[in-house]
Amino acid sequence: MKADTSAAAIPDRKTERHWRDSAIHVLPFLAIFGFAAIVPMVTNDYWALIATRAAIYWMLVSGLNLVVGFAGQLAIGYVALLTLGAYTTSVLVSGNVLPPFPLFAAFGVAALFGAIFGVIVGLPALRLRTFYFAMSTLGFATIVTQIALAWQSVTGGGIGIAGPEFPPPFNTTTGLFYFCLGCAVLGTWMTANVAHSRFGRALIAIRDAEVATESLGISKPKMLVSIFLLAGAFAAFAGGLFATLQTYITPDAFSFDLSVLFFIAILIGGRGSILGPLLGTIILTLLPEFAAPLAAWSTFLYAVLLLAVVLVAPGGIAALLDFKNRRPLQSNRAIIPRPAVLPELLSRESAHTTIALRDISLSFGAVRAIDGLNLDIVPARIHGLIGPNGSGKTTTLNVISGYYAPQSGTVSLGDTELPRGRPETRAEHGIARTFQTPRTVGEASVLQNVMIGGTIAGQGTLVESLLSLPRHRADERMLEETARLALRVVGLESLASVRADRLQHSELRFLEIARALMLRPRFLMLDEPAAGLSVDEIARLGGLIKEIKGQGVGVLLVEHHADLIFDICDQITVLNLGRVLAAGTPSEIRQHKEVVSAYLGG
Amino acid sequence: MLASILASGLAVGAVYALIGVTYNTMFSTSRVMSFTAGQLGMLGGVFGSLFVLRLGLPVIPGLIATLLCCAVVGVITEILAVRPVLKSLDQHLYVLSTLALALMVQQITAIEWSTEPQPFPKIFDIGPGFLDQKFWLPIAACAVTIVGLEFLYRRTLVGHAFVAIAEDNFAARALGLPERNLRMASYALAAAIGGFAGFAGGQLLLAFVANGPLLNFYGFVPVALGGLGNNRGAVVGGLALGLFQQAANFLVGGIFSSVAVFVMFIVVLLAAPQGLFGSSSARRV
Repeated sequence: MKADTSAAAIPDRKTERHWRDSAIHVLPFLAIFGFAAIVPMVTNDYWALIATRAAIYWMLVSGLNLVVGFAGQLAIGYVALLTLGAYTTSVLVSGNVLPPFPLFAAFGVAALFGAIFGVIVGLPALRLRTFYFAMSTLGFATIVTQIALAWQSVTGGGIGIAGPEFPPPFNTTTGLFYFCLGCAVLGTWMTANVAHSRFGRALIAIRDAEVATESLGISKPKMLVSIFLLAGAFAAFAGGLFATLQTYITPDAFSFDLSVLFFIAILIGGRGSILGPLLGTIILTLLPEFAAPLAAWSTFLYAVLLLAVVLVAPGGIAALLDFKNRRPLQSNRAIIPRPAVLPELLSRESAHTTIALRDISLSFGAVRAIDGLNLDIVPARIHGLIGPNGSGKTTTLNVISGYYAPQSGTVSLGDTELPRGRPETRAEHGIARTFQTPRTVGEASVLQNVMIGGTIAGQGTLVESLLSLPRHRADERMLEETARLALRVVGLESLASVRADRLQHSELRFLEIARALMLRPRFLMLDEPAAGLSVDEIARLGGLIKEIKGQGVGVLLVEHHADLIFDICDQITVLNLGRVLAAGTPSEIRQHKEVVSAYLGG
Repeated sequence: MLASILASGLAVGAVYALIGVTYNTMFSTSRVMSFTAGQLGMLGGVFGSLFVLRLGLPVIPGLIATLLCCAVVGVITEILAVRPVLKSLDQHLYVLSTLALALMVQQITAIEWSTEPQPFPKIFDIGPGFLDQKFWLPIAACAVTIVGLEFLYRRTLVGHAFVAIAEDNFAARALGLPERNLRMASYALAAAIGGFAGFAGGQLLLAFVANGPLLNFYGFVPVALGGLGNNRGAVVGGLALGLFQQAANFLVGGIFSSVAVFVMFIVVLLAAPQGLFGSSSARRV
């Protein structure tokens, strides 16, 4: 009964905590931008100029941050997009090729060009390894400068071209500064909205747990392309402002050192943070001003900082500022799932379709991992898959969830055949899974990790998130509520705000189950969920799985703990060397001579 | 025109090929691609010019000093930027650490040497036209290096050890091979190859700090096209890239030749992510 009274008090406390949390998040930004706003009043034009430059750089870095810090794509040549934007605006406004454009139309065209080229440069990231992508952005940066030098009729070559000029009141140093500051604030707000949306979480998941994102139905190409569009547009817009600030641009103004500054500002700031890279940008912009004799060595200093951050403090400034996660956690905490909450979460009506595997065969080279396997996963039944190591259990699970394409045979759900080798198509059919080694995002909170599971449940588009429109806010409320519910189901709600890399191994296993439940699955596949759990925890896990089944979910359980298997399964398949050794109810399997002698012992 | 495309294309292609071999040699023992590869090519030219032209050393000692200096840079790369991040290869931290080191090398060169292209000595005064050193020396250097590497990998014990580590790091360590020393040695070797490329191509590319990032990119293209770790692919890819670039240079002019190379790089990689001679990737789950 105690629970009831506290439940009534929760809404009030929740909103209060919500307000306090958002205040803590917003305050540093208010302080920084507030301080910036008084710079022209208390100092001279020179410092206003420096502050303008920092604001313009941040405009670019805030977009790039989503690419580098969130999605983890090492784009090192973003000065190319700054150059592109600067020349596009300058050339369009001066009218030396086409009739002169109005200023803001030129900025619009520049942003559009930036977005297009952002995607073109980003394309390799969709298919290639990290280093290849870094190299292709570097190559792009090299050729853009060469083009600016050589295409004299348009860019003025080495002589350069005049930058665009703003109309009053923005044509003074102070005026331009406030305009750029406004853009920077807007950029911060928009990227923060994305960062705190399902898109931002999906980006971090792509960075740290790419394999898991596929099972959750997140499309990496779609996510990356939209983020490249955004970052490219931001960068080119910043380029227009940069040209305005310079009043006259030559290719020399866009040295690769600038690219290095943008890139390193993010890494020094810390990945997956917005405040960190903002501070990083400010520090790197100001550093040469305070150490005038070192100005020539500034790139060297940046490089030293980068090396130091990589080797000594991979978390960057953001990790240093993360006080909340330094408080010790309660050491003797127990995971107590509350299966009773499940009906609230899994409201989807039970389907009567079955996942059917027919004649699946799959070899890796000469090794036959699966050899003519038939298997059914039926709603509201727990199907155990056991067998010695290397018998093809996990491989079977990977075939069903689309990570492996079998050479022959079909996986179908009811009447539809599931496309082979396409893991990202499974989530929409309500097929969820966990992994043998938990694949979570260590740097995100437990709650965020679970919310990642519901990414495809959101309704709003990226643009709606960018501008924090109602559908975005509704998505966020829905995802957070569902995620807290899922955390209560698995018994981790008290750890919701803790960074996931601080959790114990057993807690990560339950975290993955909570994330899988976010899909409101019709089928749940668990890959050795009991590995590394204590006896008590295994018992609770068993209870939880039974309750999940009770909601009409078909469960496939790959396990080594024979007790758990025989305790909760309705049907068991024993694999050996990729073939079915035995199949039947637990009591039948217990009687099966070969299984007993080969596997169960006795 | 065709003759000059061939001559300059093959010459510059040989330099790209050797930088590609530098990438491969570093990669083979560490599974790491380093941004210092192109910088070493740049350093080969700078050190060569420094020792032979400024300090007046004879050619052979000058070359040896150049290669030694580059080898030192290679060893520093291994100690500072590669070894500390090998533990977590999947986080791709090496991209950042080697980039940081490459930037330091470049900045030091820019400040202590010059930001303008400096002349490189003429070593062989044979004659005009295509007998000029700048056309044949890089090709000769490339041939010598490839033959030397083949000999090393096939005939010597150290070479066998390199191959063993490249094939299977864990098994090689289990056999008791000194993996760390071999890795350092391979970085020194790779760096010397990069330096040799810069030295041989010195007349063509000059002792110029901006060659660093340029060679980084153009040296990586053959690696990407030929497949990572495949030296034969790198040589074929390098020469083809040189010819392609020079042909584009003559046909459509300077700017568009670099655009053409970039577009080719992207298109080929999107079509064949493992390179034209590469093998397919491992499993992920």
